[in-house]
This record gives sequence, C-alpha cells and structure tokens, in this order.
Amino acid sequence: MGSLALKDLYEGFRDPKTIRALVRSIETEAEKLKRDIHIMEVCGGHTHSIVKYGLHQLMPNNIHFIHGPGCPVCVLPKERIDHAYRLAMQSDVILVTLGDMIKVPGSKGSLQDARAKGAEVRYIYSPLDTLRIAKENPEKKVIFFAIGFETTTPMTAALIKHVIDEGIENILFHINHITVPEPMQLLLDAKRSKIDAFIGPSHVSVISGANIYKAFPEEYHTPVVVAGFEPVDILEGILMLLKQFNEKRCGVEIEYTRSVTPEGNLVAQKLIDRFFEKRTHFRWRGIGDIAQSALQLRGEFAYLDAERIYSELLPNREIDDHKQCICGDILMGAAKPVECTLFGNACTPSSPLGSCMVSSEGACAAYYRYGNVR
Amino acid sequence: MKSITLAHGNGGEENGRLIEELFYRHFQNKILHQAEDAAVIGKGALAFTTDSFTVTPLFFKGGDIGKLSICGTCNDLAMMGAKPKYLTCAVIIEEGFEISALEKIVLSMKYELEKNGAIIVSGDTKVVPKGSVDKLFINTTGIGEIRYKGISANALSLDDVIIVSGSIGRHGASIFLEREGMEFSTALESDCRSLWPVVEKLIEADIDIKAMRDATRGGVAAVLNEWARQSDICIEVEEEKVPISREVKGVCELLGFEAFSLANEGTFILAVSAQDAPKALELLRSIEASSMAEIIGEVTTGYPQKVLLKTPYGTSRFLELPSGELLPRIC
Repeated sequence: MGSLALKDLYEGFRDPKTIRALVRSIETEAEKLKRDIHIMEVCGGHTHSIVKYGLHQLMPNNIHFIHGPGCPVCVLPKERIDHAYRLAMQSDVILVTLGDMIKVPGSKGSLQDARAKGAEVRYIYSPLDTLRIAKENPEKKVIFFAIGFETTTPMTAALIKHVIDEGIENILFHINHITVPEPMQLLLDAKRSKIDAFIGPSHVSVISGANIYKAFPEEYHTPVVVAGFEPVDILEGILMLLKQFNEKRCGVEIEYTRSVTPEGNLVAQKLIDRFFEKRTHFRWRGIGDIAQSALQLRGEFAYLDAERIYSELLPNREIDDHKQCICGDILMGAAKPVECTLFGNACTPSSPLGSCMVSSEGACAAYYRYGNVR
Repeated sequence: MKSITLAHGNGGEENGRLIEELFYRHFQNKILHQAEDAAVIGKGALAFTTDSFTVTPLFFKGGDIGKLSICGTCNDLAMMGAKPKYLTCAVIIEEGFEISALEKIVLSMKYELEKNGAIIVSGDTKVVPKGSVDKLFINTTGIGEIRYKGISANALSLDDVIIVSGSIGRHGASIFLEREGMEFSTALESDCRSLWPVVEKLIEADIDIKAMRDATRGGVAAVLNEWARQSDICIEVEEEKVPISREVKGVCELLGFEAFSLANEGTFILAVSAQDAPKALELLRSIEASSMAEIIGEVTTGYPQKVLLKTPYGTSRFLELPSGELLPRIC
C-alpha cells in the first residue's frame, strides 16, 4: 500500500473551511427546529471522533449528543473476559485476540497480567495472522478470542473457512461477536433516554448495509443517518438528520456513501451465515440480557468451539461492576461520564472499574483522554 | 494484581507512577527530585545520565541499537545544555549472538560518538545463557560539560514559546511497523540522530533557552505534560502547526495511534522566551537536522498543569499523558 492511498482515507474530511461551513448550515437548520434534538451516535468510533475533534463544542444549544453502547470491548461482560484469561493460562494454549482486549481487566486480571504470569497471549491486526501462529506452534492449541460487531465478524468467518479448507487442527474459536440493531431497539423500548435520532455506525453498515435500520423510522419514528467517522462525515450526518426533522421526513439515509450501500456486502453476509447462528440471549455488560444480540458457531462446527470444548473450565456466573459505577446508565444514554463519582478518580484508563473506561472507544475513556473542554 | 506489566515501561502514566512510588520514594534526594533528562552535579558544571537500550529489531530503518544507545544518552546530556564528553558502555549479550552483528553495532556507536565529540572511557561485558535476554541489551552512562545553565522543566513561564525541532512520531511508528512485520511505507524511517550539534548552535547564538527535552518514550504528549505539571502552567498547542509526516499520519489512521504519543529519538521540544522565538526558529531551520522546525504553541494561564490542543475550526481538547501499552484498536 502506498502512502498516497493512505492519505485518501482522511484528507478533505478534516478541512477547517468545510467544517465551518457545515456548522453554519447546522445552526441554520437548528434555529428552524424550535425544540431540542437528542442524537445518539451508536458506535464508539463516533463517540471517540466527537470528543477528539471537539464536535460537541460546535453544536447549537438545542442539539445534544447521547453516547451509545457500540463499543464491543466495553459491553463484553467480565465473566467472558475471565474466559479469555482462563484459556490463556492453560499451558498448552496460545490465546490470540485483537489489541483492545489485552488490557481489559476481568475478575482475575487482564490478559496483560496473564502474560506477565507467563501465559502466551498475542494480539494481531488480522484474524488471518492466526494461521501463521498456528503453523509456527504445532504443539500448541491456538485459540482465537473473537470480538466485535458485524465489522469484524467476516474476518473471523474467513479464518474459520481457512481452518476448515486447509484441515488445520490446532486452531479453536471463542466467539463473542455481537450485533447492532438489537441493542438500538432495546434502548428505544427501555425509554431511559430521549433519543430523537441515530447516527448509524459506519463500518458495521459497510458489511450489513443500511437496510438493517429500516425498523427505526418505520416502527419507532426515529430517523437514522449512517455517517463516516471523520469530522466532516459526522457534521454532514447531523445536518441530514436536522433536515429530515425540518422537512417532516423520517427515514434511513446514508452519508457514508463512499463505503456503505443499502444492501451491504453480500459475500461477507453469506460467509457469516455459513458459520454462525444467533444466540437466544447474550448478556451485555452494564445493560443486561439482550435477546438475539450475539452470534455463536453453528452446531456442526462445535469441534472448533473453545467455549464448548473447555466448558468445564469456563464459569458463566454473572459478575457485576463496582456498585458506584454508572456505566449501565451511560450505555443506556441516561447519563454522561462526568456524572459518575468514580470517573477520573477511582476509575481511569490504566485502572478501569467500569466497562466504558476499559476500551479507548468507550465513552468514559474518550472523555478522560480528551478532556471535556466546553 | 501486583506485578510489572509492559505498561509500566511506556514512558507515560504507569511508568511515571512506578518511578514516583518506588524509586523516588526510596532513593529520594534533591538532585533526583529535579526530574530532568540528566542530573546536574559538580556545582552546576556537569550533567550526568544513564539509559538502557533494548529494541526489536536490532537493526531498523534509520539506525540500529548501537546508534540509539549513543544518541539516547548524548541527547539527554545535550537537552541539559551539556556537551557530551565521557561515556561508559555495558553490554549484556545472549549466548549465540553473531560477532559480526556485534561489530556492526559497535562501529555505529563509534561513528555516533564522533558526531558528539564524546568517547567511551569504561565498559563491561556480560554473556548470559540463551533465552535470558532478547539478543542484546546495551547500557550507556554519560557525563557532559554544561555550556548553558538553568535549563529546566521547572523553568517555563507565561508567554514562553514552544518549538518542535522536526516532524513527530517517526521512530515509534517506524519501529512498530518493522516489529510487527507490516510493510506499507518505504519512506518512513526512525528519526534517530544526535542532537548536540544542533544544541551547540542554539547556545552559540545566545538563544534564551528555558527548557529542552527530546521527546522519546511517551512522545511529545509526555514532554509537554511533564512541563505543564512541573512548571505549573498551561501549554496551548495549535494542532495544525505540529509537523507530522504523511507516513506517520497514515500509520496513526490505520492503527488508531496518536502521533503525539509516539516515540522520537532525534526530535526535541524547545521552550524559549517569546522575544527569542523567531531567531531560534530561523536558526533551527537553517540546520539540516531541524529544518522542519515549527512554533507549535505557547505558555498560558488557561488550564494550569494541562496541555490544550486547539483545532483550526475552533474546538479544543486536552492532550493527556499516554497511558497503557501501545495497542492497535479493533475497528
């Protein structure tokens, strides 16, 4: 990949002139509204961008952001982090996962702590790197601890396909893939926060398509705009939402047209469908049980499923967060990080107590890291 | 969970806490508590420092562990306004290490010493069984002669101007890519180089230097935060003024890093009085090693002990000390 291609990822989408022009248009639309609008950005990537670029500082007084639950590491319950820890501590196991998982503490410690105690833990960029690790360590069981929303699921599926096609015998999977629409629906049903509109996740929608959000305008009368992660994308997305309100429209629109289509990536969807099925329930940290909100390996692939193979080693007793932690309220859109008494004192990114502080995509971590200058 | 993790060596928050709560607590004395790049001893005449080096890979784009081990210690001396003079060199070598590779490393140390006008005057060699160290560790300790007095992280005051000597994050980004075997940018290399020749010119030109620090582990974010804390001032930085190469920007985009937190090995931050800033900038730009120098910010009373990063479109945020291990994000 040349450096030319890299700059195309972001250049133009952070242009100060464009940003100022968009803010002016947003102000004009916001004035016409004559009421307050609460916009939930579902995805942690958006929360991160909003706080990093200070976009909340540019909003008119009647436009509010509510930070959503779209941070896969944040919502992974402690008992499942313990699974990763226990698997890693097996002497014949190499635990492989994505970078963000390494420092998240479970009840026994984090994978970083496990590594300090001699466990073999590797982080990778692409799940396919697991193939190389397995080849280099034929005497070990390599367990891929899979996390993420629809964005990362196809990569896990691609790895499974390789493992099956090539008959590789020392790779197993611990699946923690979750899906976006179900928690969005739960948030609206729970009515804990006033959500008038959604900024839809960018990369999830590249895979799943924007059509997965159709129910929100149709059944909940809540518009959705799928926007990219750059400042210009997010502002454009907000402008599109405000226009929907002012023009009395309510639908799913795509701002991130350079990557997202209504149908999504059909090849990836087919691959996911081949290996995965919905779990009836999955516990989300801070939120609780959400029906049909996660994936597991289909029964025919049970021989690859570390969760089933090591079931005796992996307790499922629910472990809750610190009593004073308000991550549940934050993930439900009912509170902001700064309202928590633990925030920045007992709970920091280097020793997080609650889920929103554990990953850099979490709302608390974003507030802590970039401060909340107003 | 009381054991050392990689985060304790990150040059950021955890690293700082370990040093404060363990080493400073037990070793406490006035000189150590100055917390400078190098200790000032001998009635202000000498600067004294030590550094250990471990890097994977040993040979990287823009340098090797030998060059790094001389630059690192000499730069710490230079940052205190001291001319590097005498160094010691201790090596711990893993059994099985190739002698030809070791010679290559020693030769690049020799070459770098010449640039600083310094010499190795004492040394030590240890060989340990395979697996006891990762190939080769080098420690260098150095003494320098202070040519400009009063440089200190505690010396910043209102209206001082902050200058960076070059584009930031190159060492950290390039080492990360090489270590992880990710090759997608041939133009990116470590900024590893000796800084004394640049500092010497600043001193000769009689620039009013307040503080100077090479932005190694923890990057520019760590240096600015330490200064803000130690001098009890606010540093406001104009984000768009900070030189960051296209390659480093690309790596940060892909992996979710912040260029401000990536290590540098030949790029330093300088605080000078407002009145001397234009002269300092012009001088730095006339030298090849610092031709990309920029004024990036100033000292204010805005948020004491904080570093504020301002965007060209009117928003701002705090630039925090990096924390945790450098890890790429999920998506």
